[in-house]
Amino acid sequence: MTHSNSFHRTLVQNLYELLSSMRFAISLLTVLAIASIIGTVLKQNEPYPNYIMQFGQFWFQNFEMLGLYDVYHSSWFLTILAFLILSTSLCIYRNTPLMLREMRSFREHATETSLRAFSHQAEYATALSLDALRQRLGGYLQGQGFRAKFGTPNEAGDVLIAAKAGSYHRIGYILTHTAIVAICLGGLIDGNIPLKAQQLLGWKKIETRDIPQSEVSATSRLSPSNLSFRGGVTIPEGAGADVIFINIADGYLVQDLPFDILLKKFRVEHYPTGQPKSFESDITLIDKTTKESVSRTISVNHPLIYNGIAIYQASFGDGGTRLNMKAWNLFSTNNNSFDMKGVVKQSTQLSNGDATYSVEFTEFRKFNIENFAGEDGGTDAWGNLNKFFQTGSTKRAQKDMRNVGPSFQYKIRDAQGQAREYFNYMLPIQLEDKWYLLSGMRLAPNEPFRYIRVPLDSESNIDGFMRLRAMLMDKQAHPEIARRFAEFALQGENIDPKLQAKLVDSTTRLLEVFASGGFESMAKFIEQSVPAAEQDKAAQTYLKILESAAVSAWRTAQTRAGQPVTMDDETLRFVRDSLNTVSDLFAYGAPVYLQLSEFEEVMASGLQLTRSPGKNIVYGGSVLLVLGVFFMFYVRERRIWLLVQPQAGTVLLAMSSNRKTMDFEQEFGRHKAQLANLIKG
Amino acid sequence: MELTDNTQNYNARPSFIKSLGWFDWLYALLLAGGSIYAFQLYGNYMDAYEKGILFLAAAGLMWQGWFWKPFRVLLLAVAGLSLFGISQYHGQLIRAEQAFFLKFFFGSQTAIMWMSALFVIATASYWLALLTRSDFTARVSSAITWSAVVMGFVGLMTRWYESYLISPDVGHIPISNLYEVFILFSILTALMYLYYELRYQNRQLGAFVLLVISAAVGFLLWYTFDRQAHEIQPLVPALQSYWMKIHVPANFIGYGAFALAAMVGVAYLLTAKGILTSRLPAQDLLDDLMYKSIAIGFAFFTIATILGAMWAAEAWGGYWSWDPKETWALIVWLNYAAWLHLRLVKGLRGPLLAWWAVIGLFVTAFAFLGVNMFLSGLHSYGTL
Ligand code: HEM
Repeated sequence: MTHSNSFHRTLVQNLYELLSSMRFAISLLTVLAIASIIGTVLKQNEPYPNYIMQFGQFWFQNFEMLGLYDVYHSSWFLTILAFLILSTSLCIYRNTPLMLREMRSFREHATETSLRAFSHQAEYATALSLDALRQRLGGYLQGQGFRAKFGTPNEAGDVLIAAKAGSYHRIGYILTHTAIVAICLGGLIDGNIPLKAQQLLGWKKIETRDIPQSEVSATSRLSPSNLSFRGGVTIPEGAGADVIFINIADGYLVQDLPFDILLKKFRVEHYPTGQPKSFESDITLIDKTTKESVSRTISVNHPLIYNGIAIYQASFGDGGTRLNMKAWNLFSTNNNSFDMKGVVKQSTQLSNGDATYSVEFTEFRKFNIENFAGEDGGTDAWGNLNKFFQTGSTKRAQKDMRNVGPSFQYKIRDAQGQAREYFNYMLPIQLEDKWYLLSGMRLAPNEPFRYIRVPLDSESNIDGFMRLRAMLMDKQAHPEIARRFAEFALQGENIDPKLQAKLVDSTTRLLEVFASGGFESMAKFIEQSVPAAEQDKAAQTYLKILESAAVSAWRTAQTRAGQPVTMDDETLRFVRDSLNTVSDLFAYGAPVYLQLSEFEEVMASGLQLTRSPGKNIVYGGSVLLVLGVFFMFYVRERRIWLLVQPQAGTVLLAMSSNRKTMDFEQEFGRHKAQLANLIKG
Repeated sequence: MELTDNTQNYNARPSFIKSLGWFDWLYALLLAGGSIYAFQLYGNYMDAYEKGILFLAAAGLMWQGWFWKPFRVLLLAVAGLSLFGISQYHGQLIRAEQAFFLKFFFGSQTAIMWMSALFVIATASYWLALLTRSDFTARVSSAITWSAVVMGFVGLMTRWYESYLISPDVGHIPISNLYEVFILFSILTALMYLYYELRYQNRQLGAFVLLVISAAVGFLLWYTFDRQAHEIQPLVPALQSYWMKIHVPANFIGYGAFALAAMVGVAYLLTAKGILTSRLPAQDLLDDLMYKSIAIGFAFFTIATILGAMWAAEAWGGYWSWDPKETWALIVWLNYAAWLHLRLVKGLRGPLLAWWAVIGLFVTAFAFLGVNMFLSGLHSYGTL
């Protein structure tokens, strides 16, 4: 019995000593630091499919078991924290009584033998009387900031004066370490431990389906009285919300709020350079029970706090901007446009008779600030070096930031599910002093956009291009174009009708080839039909013919549309540009070209809401921590003993500190010298 | 009679206030006057916190000058040169390239280049002093380091002014990106070193401490020439907060002190191996200096981390999000907490502590730079 009992006691005792030991504390701090690294290396709380892509199924599962996707809330990490709390608490429990005793005590019972064992001591001979010594030494100690206690003479007549200074150092210890416990506990209250417990008990279940929040069941909802939470919601302008979403692992929980939040307006302001300057939301809260309403503008760094719930500006996005577009069927011979409507984040069906497509509008941007400055002009080394000596002006002058207006982005998906992504500017952009409409295309999200440039006609319209495009695509019109071209080309010459017929024929062929695949088809056609040695020459000839024929096509189109026909260099360049663009359209791959004509911007604001009652504990703890740390570092505890031995006519000085630093050495030296003077008499 | 005189001499630990001289009071008066003048000029553009920061900063600088006398001269020199520099702009940014004094001395970028050059020269000169045991050279090195600190501060001051010249809404305190905080790091580290240099009357460690500053200057130059990082950029919304004005300097006092401790650690390890032992200070001085700078670093880093948490609570909606930068700050802090405890365990001092301090610099450097380079997160102030 007794044996096992004492065994028990020593085990508990040993454990207690281990946990409250300094070496354990050092190991714990190191382990915690190393454990913290993991979560900074692996991106935390990403959607699970990202991890599967990154690691593969096998490792994904293993890592999930280890809690690596949310390290700081995993049970093993929390266990380390728990040990820190336990160890620090035991440490406080163990040391505090001792510290308090030390603070109060003067250690006035030190014996001569123990004083002589001190590393810092000195002995002086004196001729002064005990009373004189008492007075002098007392005055001295007080003047040096020490509090002194005078002992009564012992049998030999010796008197011990015990003095101390800097006792607050010990308070520092208590403050610092209590603060650590407070901060950890406060943090845990605001962490997700209560939620985890509820999950473990099966009271709450994570929702993983993408369903409207109203359909989320009660087991995946948290009541407004929930003690602490942190989650977000995105609200479009003009709409409202009374829940937020808390993302956990691969799903979420719905947190019901005690109020409705309405978003009236969201604003982004920009600096002239295009960087964002401010994000602001005008919101109104309506309390569900009191019906009280509060309207306020929140912005980054300026949250609104309502009944302990803080509402922050966290992000923004598109809330369903309405787009009105003109659309052209690019592969039809018709040049008429039709109207199309779209909403960002939604999709529209499109059909051109034999195929159906869906157009998914993904983004709208009201501004696009682009840099139009060319490369640095200076090649002169000094000029280049010089610019590093200025902060703003010169470099800024080399930048030509221009707002080129709105743009929108969409995907066109065919019946097989294949999608291409497009990026169109609303307004024309000037490139090499001509105006173009730019539309970018890419096949995959990680590629850059490649742009087609649609040239504007002399009326600054896209119509001229569309008419020419339709004419070039129209096989029925090719013979007519070819005939006009031949007439024009052979104008005024008395030409053999057979030769003319031949020219018409080959021009028709050429137009047909171009209409089936642009310059690429032409190149293939030449490769197949012309001997290798003559290909270059043939290409040049064909290109000339094509350009001239295109001019005829343009004249025909203009005449048919009742538009002016003037021939000049501008026109020639326009036709050339158009040919390039028509050719590019085959790679562009969209069945339609969309031209934004009107928009009604609707923004959405991403709000983050938190209730964190632990915050005050953490902040309180922080204040204690800072105070404590300064006390510990900058209040040095020192003790002085002066043993006056009148019989021998000596005074013994001993000094100690709980930190052996050079300051202490210097201070000891100073006291030693000054006391020598004082005691000598 | 003679006896009482004796006693009084030693009893009188004169009160701090009574120990101040006329220069101390003049200094305080100038600081008070300056801050009140600034308040009158710009008070309308400040929020309550910024007003608080202005006056507390003035009080802090006053205390710092009283506590460490050379600081008064430094502050007055920086203030004088900065004001002179600012007077040369006539409110036009372009004058940074035209006005003689701005172009060659006090325009922000020029001043920062001066700082960089002077730090590098000081490093070489400290080494020369160490190897030749020349006290004169060591004194010159100190003077060069002081000038570098002055130029660095003047550069930051005129940069602050220039940012407002670009446009009032672009203007901000120049501690908002990696470029600017590297300057801050260099001058704070140098300043802390100079403090201990005078305190211990020992100039040999400059050779080591200035190495880390030169490395920072090297980075600064690369960052300028390769990335044009010296251009003043407007503040993104997350950084538009008075918190930045206190969080960042506190952080860099911490980083600077840790860097200083690490370089002292290097000196310690070398002397322990018998290298340069006769030229470097004794081991207990090194140990003491290492402890002192880690203590001050730890204290300020604690404050900085707490301020950071409070700022995060206001900007991101939570005082602790385990964002990589935040987490690395915690790692640095835990590392030095462990160091401080290690020092209290008997038998574990000596080279182990020095090694730990040196490795601590790498941990710190990662928190300071590596996180921005390799990890992504919410901190928006500096991506390379
Ligand atoms: C994050 C956790 C901790 C922090 C930030 C912390 C901080 C500190 C600081 C700053 C000092 C002063 C060091 C010096 O004066 O050089 C100190 C001393 C001390 N710490 Fe901790 N500590 C922590 C955890 C612990 C733990 C877990 C224990 C015990 C198991 C512990 C026991 C002690 C002891 C005994 C002292 C010496 C006090 C004295 O003699 O004055 N600490 N601590």
